[in-house]
Amino acid sequence: MESIFFIVVAAVAVLSSILVVTCKNPINSALSLVMTFFCLATFYVMLDAPFMAAIQVIVYAGAIMVLIIFVIMLLNVKTESGKRGSHAVLAGTVIGLFVLFQTCWFLMKGTLTGATGTMDKAQIISYGHVELVGKALFTDFLLPFEITSLLLLAAIVGAVILAKKKI
Amino acid sequence: MLALHNYLILSAILFSIGTIGVLVRRNAIVIFMCVEMMLNAVNLTFIAFSRHLGNIDGQVFVFFVMTVAAAEAAVGLALMIAFYKNRESVDVEDINMMKL
Repeated sequence: MESIFFIVVAAVAVLSSILVVTCKNPINSALSLVMTFFCLATFYVMLDAPFMAAIQVIVYAGAIMVLIIFVIMLLNVKTESGKRGSHAVLAGTVIGLFVLFQTCWFLMKGTLTGATGTMDKAQIISYGHVELVGKALFTDFLLPFEITSLLLLAAIVGAVILAKKKI
Repeated sequence: MLALHNYLILSAILFSIGTIGVLVRRNAIVIFMCVEMMLNAVNLTFIAFSRHLGNIDGQVFVFFVMTVAAAEAAVGLALMIAFYKNRESVDVEDINMMKL
């Protein structure tokens, strides 16, 4: 039952991502990407990470994609006319398929290693996923958290300066 | 409880579709959207491993990837707006001022 659900949602995600790449109108690409993000949020819930699913919908589908759609409408980007040369399309597809083949090859050949932890589903349900992420974020990962705030400040200042009419 | 490699293969497929999109499309905003799709494929890998290994570190890293992607979205789109004011187009074929 769960694998059927996984296959259905995965098919929708892959179809939406193919639509992102192939749609001529950039608004259609943006809406297909929003659909992909929602499918990925479903996968995060299946992987026992509900907080990440909520953050994905809020930040990616809710903020970043809205920003992109606003910029598309602001710049009045028309439907793409005139294709890239067919050589570029062929080379790009070959390289993309090579990346896919290489990834799957190393996936099948490699063994799984990694720092095993103690978190499991019972702990997530008892503590709550938000508390577990927050505990790790504010103790082990405090320095990246603080540096991220500086990064966001730099991004805000950079975005305002770059889009100004007269500096 | 689904096996790990299902999620990894799906993530690889999404990543390679994003790669194809970056290499094939001409519109700078669509290229940026394909980069966001590649970042999301990597996020799926992180969370799949985090659940499989029982370690929360993968999900904290996804948190930071999302933050960096949001910052990059703001700055990248501001850059495209600035370029559009100059050239009236967001086609990457028109970004050729440094060509000989």
